[in-house]
This record gives sequence, structure tokens and C-alpha cells, in this order.
Amino acid sequence: MSKTPVTFRLNGEDAAAFADAGSNLLDFLRRSVGDLSPKYGCGQGTCGACTVLIDGEPHLACITLAETVSGREVRTTGGLANGPTLDRLQEAFIDKFAAQCGYCTPGMLMAATALLDKNPNPSRQDVIDAIGGNICRCTGYEPIVDAILEASRNTRGAA
Amino acid sequence: MLRVDTYPTAAEAARALGPGTRFLGGGSLVMIELNYGASDIDRIVRTSDPELKEIRVEAGRVHLGALVSMSDVLNSRDLDFLAPVAQAVGGPAVRSAASVGGNLFAPHPYGDFSVALLALDAMVQTADGVSHALEGYLADRSGLVTSVSFAAPAGNTFAFRKVRRVRPKGASVMSMACRLSRSAGRLSDVRVAYGAMGPTAVRAKAVEQALEGATLDERGIAPALERATEGLDPPTDALASSWYRKETAVVHLRRLLLAEDAR
Repeated sequence: MSKTPVTFRLNGEDAAAFADAGSNLLDFLRRSVGDLSPKYGCGQGTCGACTVLIDGEPHLACITLAETVSGREVRTTGGLANGPTLDRLQEAFIDKFAAQCGYCTPGMLMAATALLDKNPNPSRQDVIDAIGGNICRCTGYEPIVDAILEASRNTRGAA
Repeated sequence: MLRVDTYPTAAEAARALGPGTRFLGGGSLVMIELNYGASDIDRIVRTSDPELKEIRVEAGRVHLGALVSMSDVLNSRDLDFLAPVAQAVGGPAVRSAASVGGNLFAPHPYGDFSVALLALDAMVQTADGVSHALEGYLADRSGLVTSVSFAAPAGNTFAFRKVRRVRPKGASVMSMACRLSRSAGRLSDVRVAYGAMGPTAVRAKAVEQALEGATLDERGIAPALERATEGLDPPTDALASSWYRKETAVVHLRRLLLAEDAR
């Protein structure tokens, strides 16, 4: 299988690795780059566990051809915390018990990050729409929605 | 051995297509095949042709490049009337990938954007320079799509409705779109299209005929409702049986046609 060199920005830092021809971004990030934060769920763009941001827009890493991120900025959950300091969303997810098994959490966090980056003051319906492509089989979604709204309030309070 | 070839123009990409190849646009269809080990694909063909990402509105006609994404549609101020359609496709991350051209190839029960395009009487341009009426193109889906174009609907004459069991994201039990042009107060040159009511988006021609010259009110649309599924054989799947789709289509058609607040 031929390999393609891919250079890009990952969570604010330069990154480079070889992608197998036809491989998806999720496999590339996990196996070639070593970022294990995006999760493999369905492999068909249905569950949202692999959600990452590419140039600020939410994308499903499992249905993104790896080499298409060349020269672009990719953000994953692995880049949310600043050392030991958790991101506002991560704090809110803990405070609101928004993670149970935790498998959907990285995707939820990135979907929520995309929302709050564009809309710091979302309505409850905005939040529901933003995580509409992310499946959670534990929480019933309400704690996740509450957590994202809480994070938005904390951000506005800090501003 | 699988390989990926990216061409600078759509015409070159089209020439590279053949047995064992797939054209990869946004990726939301072809990547699934690759992830699940499609053994019949040995070459992925892509293009970086910027024209395929263009949105243009010229002389009242909308041109959408085949690689325009649902997110692009949502972000375009010129395409407000299509926002409810693009919004109905997947969640935000799917909409970043799902493209206008790819939607023409989405298998049942997907392809809601095609339903809207069919109701808008869209033309499909392929890389060989030929224009096809969308209805004809959907019959064999042959040729690399470079763009679709259609007349921007006047005022509030276009409407779209998606019926689903799961919100906010869910596959269609059925989707419907219509363009209700009027002449001297009566419906004229009407288009009505359904999704998830056949193997591809389909026109409801019996409904169109019944609406021609009718008034847009309860009495005027009654004959059209009686013919809501005439000539159609909706599929049965995990979401709904063929019988259910036929029985409920009349209800949703009525709501589509009379939803004055949506137009």
C-alpha cells in the first residue's frame, strides 16, 4: 500500500506522518500520529465519537481521507487541556456528570467546542442541534446539554 | 494495491475513472466503503478543481459546484431557501463533508438534498460538458457531476419537509419538496418531489398534474391528495413499511402544501 506524507497542524503544533493510501483520518491520528483521543465508534459517520475540528469546522475523522488535512489545522480532545488545567467544557462535563462510560465524550467535547467557538451564547436548542450527530448511550443527553450550557455561562462570566 | 490520485481539473479526474475506481468528493459515502474493506476499489480519484466548490447566483439562476458542502449551503446568504434542506442532512460534522454532488448518489433512505433539487427542476452538469435534467440523471447516475443549477424560486414558492423518527438527526421516513409557482392566482408549472419513496428521489407526477390550475387551499389540493402516491411503490425498511409510507404520505403532502408559514 502506497504511503503519502502528510504535514499539518495538530492542536497548535506542527505534525507530520505517513498516511496509508485510502486511510481515514481517525486511523491516521491514532496509529501514525499517536493521538488516541478521537475514538472509533462506527466507522460510517453515524456515531460522532471521532469528531475533530478541521480549520475550526467539525468533521468526522472516520470518513475523512487522511491526506486531505495536509496544510490544515486539526484539533482533537487531546489538545483541549492546558497541562493540568482542564478546558471549561471538560470542567463542566465533570461538574454536571455528563460522562458515564466516557466513550462518546471526546466527540461530544469537540462538537461542543465547535459550537462555542462560533456561538458563545447558545440556546438549549442550539446545543441540541450541535451534538445532533453524536450518539450517547449512557446519559440520556440531558447532562451533556446542561454541561455545554454551563460552560458557555462560565465563559461569559469570565470574559 | 489501493492508491489515491488527485487531479487539478474535473475533466482529468473524469477521464481517470473506470473499473475499480471511485470518485471521492466529501467522503461521506466512499470512505465508508473503504473503511469496511471494499475489495472492488483499487483506485480513489479526487480533484482539487476550485470550480467544484463554487456557489454562484447569476441572472436568477443558482449554480452549485458538486463539492459544495451542506455547511457551505447553510453559510451562504444567497441560499436561505435551501437552509432547511441542508440542515436536514446529518449532524454538523456530516454536513461539513456531505456534498451536493454526493447527495445525488446517497442510497435510500438518504439523499434529501436531491429531493429539493428535483422539485427545483435542477439541471446536472457533468465533466464532459453535457447538461442533464436531474430526473434523467438519477435514472442511471452516469458521468462525473461538476455542478447543479436551477432557477432561484420566486418569493416563498419553495417548501421542504422531512419526516423522521429521531430528532434532530434521523434518516427519512420520507421527505418532500415542492415548487408552487402561480399564475393569475392559480398553481402553474408545479413540481413535487419525494425522497425515501423509491430507490432515488422521485417526482410525484400525478400530484403535479392534479395541482396544475388549482388553488392553494383545502378544496383546491383535494384531488392532488387523492393521488399522493399514484404510480409509486415505496420501499420497506427498518424505518417504515411500504404500506405505512403510502398511508401517511397524504398527511405529509397536505402539510407541505398548506404550510403557509413556511413559504
